[in-house]
Amino acid sequence: MAERIVVDPVTRIEGHLRVEAKVEGGKIVDAVSAGTMIRGLEIILRDRDPRDAWALVQRICGVCTTIHALASVRSVEDALKIRIPKNAELIRNIMFTALYVHDHVVHFYHLHAPDWVDIPNALKADPAATAQLAQSISRWPKSTAGYFKDVQTKLKTFVDSGQLGIFANAYWGHPAYKLPPEANLMAVAHYLEALSWQKEIVKIHTIFGGKNPHPNYVVGGMTAPIDINSDNAVNIERFNMIGKLIDEAMEFVEQVYVPDLLAIASFYKDSAAYGGGVGNFLCYGDLPTTHINDPSGFLFPRGVILNKNLGEVLDVDPRDPEQILEYTDHSWYKNSKSGLHPWEGETNINYTGPKPPYKTLDESGAFNQAYSWLKSPRWREKSVEVGPLARMLVAYAKKDCKAHDLVKSEVDKVLGGLGVGPEALFSTLGRTAARGIETKLCATWLKQFFNELVANVKNGDQTTFNKERWEPSTWEKDCKGVGIAEAPRGALGHWSHIQNGKIANYQCVVPTTWNGSPKDHKNQRGAIEAALIGTPLAKPEEPVELLRTIHSFDPCLACAAHLTDTENQEITTIDVLR
Amino acid sequence: MAKEETYYQYLERRGVSRRDFLKFCTVMAASLGLSAGSVPKIAEALETKKRIPVIWRHLVECTCCTESFIRSHHPIAADILLNMISLDYDETLMVAAGERAEEAARKSMEENKGNYILAVEGAVSTKDGGIYCVLGGRSSVEILKEEAKNAKAIIAWGSCAVNGCIAAANPNPSGSVPVQEIIKDKPIINVPGCPPIAEVMAGVITHLLTFDRLPELDREGRPKAFYGHRIHDKCNRRAYFDAGMFVESFDDEGAKQGWCLYKVGCKGPNTYNSCANMQWNGGVSYDIKSGHPCIGCSEKGFWDNTGGESFYTHLAEVPGMHIGMNVDKFGVAAVGAAAVGAAVHAGFSAFTKKAQDKAAKGGSDKDSLGG
Repeated sequence: MAERIVVDPVTRIEGHLRVEAKVEGGKIVDAVSAGTMIRGLEIILRDRDPRDAWALVQRICGVCTTIHALASVRSVEDALKIRIPKNAELIRNIMFTALYVHDHVVHFYHLHAPDWVDIPNALKADPAATAQLAQSISRWPKSTAGYFKDVQTKLKTFVDSGQLGIFANAYWGHPAYKLPPEANLMAVAHYLEALSWQKEIVKIHTIFGGKNPHPNYVVGGMTAPIDINSDNAVNIERFNMIGKLIDEAMEFVEQVYVPDLLAIASFYKDSAAYGGGVGNFLCYGDLPTTHINDPSGFLFPRGVILNKNLGEVLDVDPRDPEQILEYTDHSWYKNSKSGLHPWEGETNINYTGPKPPYKTLDESGAFNQAYSWLKSPRWREKSVEVGPLARMLVAYAKKDCKAHDLVKSEVDKVLGGLGVGPEALFSTLGRTAARGIETKLCATWLKQFFNELVANVKNGDQTTFNKERWEPSTWEKDCKGVGIAEAPRGALGHWSHIQNGKIANYQCVVPTTWNGSPKDHKNQRGAIEAALIGTPLAKPEEPVELLRTIHSFDPCLACAAHLTDTENQEITTIDVLR
Repeated sequence: MAKEETYYQYLERRGVSRRDFLKFCTVMAASLGLSAGSVPKIAEALETKKRIPVIWRHLVECTCCTESFIRSHHPIAADILLNMISLDYDETLMVAAGERAEEAARKSMEENKGNYILAVEGAVSTKDGGIYCVLGGRSSVEILKEEAKNAKAIIAWGSCAVNGCIAAANPNPSGSVPVQEIIKDKPIINVPGCPPIAEVMAGVITHLLTFDRLPELDREGRPKAFYGHRIHDKCNRRAYFDAGMFVESFDDEGAKQGWCLYKVGCKGPNTYNSCANMQWNGGVSYDIKSGHPCIGCSEKGFWDNTGGESFYTHLAEVPGMHIGMNVDKFGVAAVGAAAVGAAVHAGFSAFTKKAQDKAAKGGSDKDSLGG
């Protein structure tokens, strides 16, 4: 008989995620996802000065911090026809790649690894054997028996204290944990090291943007001035600091993160058999090597792949009113029409769900009505996945793109190392591996962009800001813009409509709206809902495999997602709200 | 007796030397604005007290406070932030999910009745029965009330929890309000900022653990040690303000030389925070130093305080200084104005301090953790 489970909150993500699923024969057979928190930032943005928009929308998320600010300034610059200086484009690329390296590493160790690493089991490890394992996969200098012994002692003290804090009440000892104790100990050590390291790389944001999280951007370029001879600008001391931070980041990614990812993945090849989801992938592309309006120069290429067909990459145009539409058939909105292009988009809140406290958003389990604050964006009426896997697949498939050879070689290296074929990419494991691959690429590109900035400054160009259209009197009375960005979690778009110097309409379609969307007008599921179907659960009352699939998307909701049974009326109390 | 382990014993077993431990205590004393004489007291407290149980709730928020928190920088402070407290519930960092996670929070509340700290990140959505923020099927208002009931004290992390911040920005679609509008019968430490500085967050927790009472708070419930001065007062560009030398546009010669950002909209003169003295991410920089004006993120209603003007519009006037009316010509009379300004400013500070002392005195019972 089918069992209906609810997971709420799904932890180790940004925001609040609620999940209900129907499990039959040890597998998830049905699932829906829904967001249950909304602030209405699109409404708050109305009638404000477009030059301020970046700061407001940056507060959509404090985790993938800065990327909304970037999409916003691009959107407004597009509307106001502002071309930013080369240095500003390079600084934005530097901040972008630094964000990726930071965010993906934190995701892997602190948000995702506990799905694969049985932390208390590390107490059973032999530190000498752990050192041997660690030395066999990388030349990271800390990997000695004494070091791992020390980590193990600390862990023992922690466990013995009886106050497990953030590690309390987890599914420890679950049969789906497959790492040997030595690998668990290595991962615990690197969990702590990553926590300490991550605070360093963000200093690049602090130098150019004043702080992290939420560094500063500005419409027209960047505000940090460059002057090698001024002690109040980005000068030689600051350049030295950035260079050192980049070198350390590259070392951490190449010597710790990527080897750990491959080592752990090699024990979980079974997770390459599920979690593929909708099989359609979309990227807007990013990392301009010329300027933002020239997608042919993007390092992350633009395109769409349908039905896992790597033989063809279709074009995406965020301006085309036929391509990207947001549907609200299963969302709590009362818009004039379901299926609006973001430039015409509406956000008319209309909650019709149950009154809290509730056990389920739909007693009947049918979920035919609205059940989420998320809208359902679709590309040409198709549900697509966005994020690292989409980016790596599009770059892999698009042979004429700038980074194709590099991406292909890195992807093939990982597939070869794991002894799996390209079909393994369409899975929970593939998504997690893709994130690691692109982190390595981003660390390399971070260094390249930095070198290019230094070279440009050396050639005498210190400009970081274009003030030509700063004053509202220089703006068109009525104009529209779109700002795209590849956020760590996937394709991000901000569409702005400016009238008489103020924001008339502003719509954001964020990565987790694509991935975590509810069913659409054709009852097509979003990527997360689709990926969960087929995920095996060894113990449905402890659904760690479900968490693996969800976390492989690294969802970022200031909301909640929610998956549910469509037939069984009995809701078990497992991970359920009473 | 593992549960009775003190914080220092814990650190010792983690390999932290006595010397490093005392160094940490000294830094903490300095960052809390305490005299060197208090260092032994901090050390003693950390040596003899248990880790504090903390339930950290995320309500209407963006997680930037947690992200800031994990960036805490002093060499051993980062370690302490994870370990000096027993973080029994935190959606972003905890491993357990679903009902298991909620159970961890309930267990901590029961076992530590009256002794746990409730840390709240995010505002509270109140409109339409709280349907705009529902966690585990329960509204954020209900959760907050239940968890506040037996808490020893509440820390409101960040501007959302302190004053509503972005969620409560006009027209506040979700009816979001700060924690202090819902909870009236518990001591609340307001730690504003979007987000607050990591070391400020660490300092607040250290104070609670060390002295077992709230830090000294101002009229708005903010720790005086970190929110006692305007950013303007400690700004690295202050000399240029006084001299009337202003950046006119980003990336101009003045910007490169570090002149004052007042005319491009800096809210430093109206903003109480530690950005200018403590700086961000290990003291690397802060908004103004990097070339962007302060947007005043730790002030109440800062998203709407410009009265419909852009953030980049300069303040009409600077409290304690009458320069607003003729800012464009200000440079001409800079020297004289600066002298007058300094005198007025001194008077303003004295007045503020008196008022704050009065408020603190009146609220001293409420501020006590023991009571």
